[in-house]
Amino acid sequence: MTVTTIGSSRVHVDAEGFLTDYDEWTEDLARLLAAQIGIELTSAHLRVLRFLRADYAEQGETATLRRVSTQAGIPVKELFTLFPGKPAKKMAYIAGLPKPVGCV
Amino acid sequence: MKRLIVLGEGTAGTMAVNKLHRKLGSRWQITILDQNDRHLYQPGLLFIPFGIYQPSDVTKPRQRFIPDGVEFVLGEIEQVDADASEVRLADGRRLGYDYLVIATGTAPRPDQTPGMLGQQWRRSIFDFYSLDGATALARTLASFEAGRVVVHVTDMPIKCPVAPLEFTFLAEAYTRRRGMRDRVELTYATPLPGAFTKPIASAHLGSMLDDRKIHVESDFMVERIDDEAKTLISYDEREIPFDLLVTVPLNMGAEFIARSGLGDELNYVPVDKHTLLSKAHDNIFAIGDASNIPTSKAGSVAHFSVDVFTGNFCQHVGGQPMTGRFDGHANCFVESGDGKGLLIDFNYDREPLTGSYPVPIVGPFGLLRETAANHWGKLAFRWLYWHVLLPGRPIPLPARMSMAGKHGPDRSKERS
Repeated sequence: MTVTTIGSSRVHVDAEGFLTDYDEWTEDLARLLAAQIGIELTSAHLRVLRFLRADYAEQGETATLRRVSTQAGIPVKELFTLFPGKPAKKMAYIAGLPKPVGCV
Repeated sequence: MKRLIVLGEGTAGTMAVNKLHRKLGSRWQITILDQNDRHLYQPGLLFIPFGIYQPSDVTKPRQRFIPDGVEFVLGEIEQVDADASEVRLADGRRLGYDYLVIATGTAPRPDQTPGMLGQQWRRSIFDFYSLDGATALARTLASFEAGRVVVHVTDMPIKCPVAPLEFTFLAEAYTRRRGMRDRVELTYATPLPGAFTKPIASAHLGSMLDDRKIHVESDFMVERIDDEAKTLISYDEREIPFDLLVTVPLNMGAEFIARSGLGDELNYVPVDKHTLLSKAHDNIFAIGDASNIPTSKAGSVAHFSVDVFTGNFCQHVGGQPMTGRFDGHANCFVESGDGKGLLIDFNYDREPLTGSYPVPIVGPFGLLRETAANHWGKLAFRWLYWHVLLPGRPIPLPARMSMAGKHGPDRSKERS
């Protein structure tokens, strides 16, 4: 684990740059994280991120695409549009959460 | 007298009643329930499409594995009323319990992907995780001569996550043996970034796919199947046309779990991953594939976790703290075709590594290495399953994963 500076914040990240401290995340920081992977945050993105943050606080793990779609009512297709390529990974990265384990 | 009900007479449920009956004796009334009387040896389904096993090799009556003194009930579960500690059956029967063990597993759900159950289902689209599907696929493969074969995984987690890879290896060997390899294009389509879930095994298995000229379409999340064009279409609009599609549909836990409000979005029961006790109810456990523990859904996990579970159960009902801690231990033989196989062994914290797996007398077996011994180990396992594992007799394999024989690197720390 290392400490890095994003914007004006000092945050803890893992080897792949995922935030490791839940409480260091802010929506302003999310904008900067999103910009680093070429995404400009809109209210549609923020709706996903807020769900992910709240769900993580309750469940202790990062929601899968299917969970976001069934629990928050945001279709998987829309997640692919909002976070193109690898949505599960990108959503977790911007939301300051661990990469979803999901797959074993 | 206390009453225990076990839902599901699969691998985990059967082992659990055999072990618990021995430990608890006549002080408990134990009931096990299932919706039919046919126990399926699920690891054997892989061999049916290639004519290696016949359906009669993989099924036996469930009642044969229930010990005297344990009641077997046939019935369809409507709902569990956890607040009233009662199981309600579709025919109106109500069974009260002091403790409940949910062992109803996970099942393929082709209905969850648009177009999968269309006119091509069981014509050019097959699954092999059901006896009907595997048998239908055997008939189709027997007359298959040329074309695009796509092996596909819908989403994780799935039961026996190596099985689609094994199917691919066996299919490649099958087409070579029948002299049609040059007329068959093989593709492996997966929602994962590579061949398998864990990095070292993924690299090994991925290079085995490359060596066999099998194209891997990774990060492929299917949205729907166009059954007229016979094409898989992903959410990011990639298309994979096929002449023969062998798919692993979305896997989900039983529907009564959703109706009872006991499951997550895939109908798996949230439990403590070390004790297997329900997070919501102090008198409900979930074992085998039915729980949400973050390890493979596999018979070996059922086996190792039931070993830990039975001890925990006895402590818990006796009002003592549970001291058993399941570590997520899984091990699987992986068929690679041409009479060879690999073995992988891992847990929550350690991914599959290379090296060897020590077993008294018949071992050691090579880890992540193709050997004939691993193939014979896999075939011999069927006998062990019926005669030793299901009856809950001891097998000299420790429940806790061991590092003996394994080679580094140890990446467990950086991943946790």
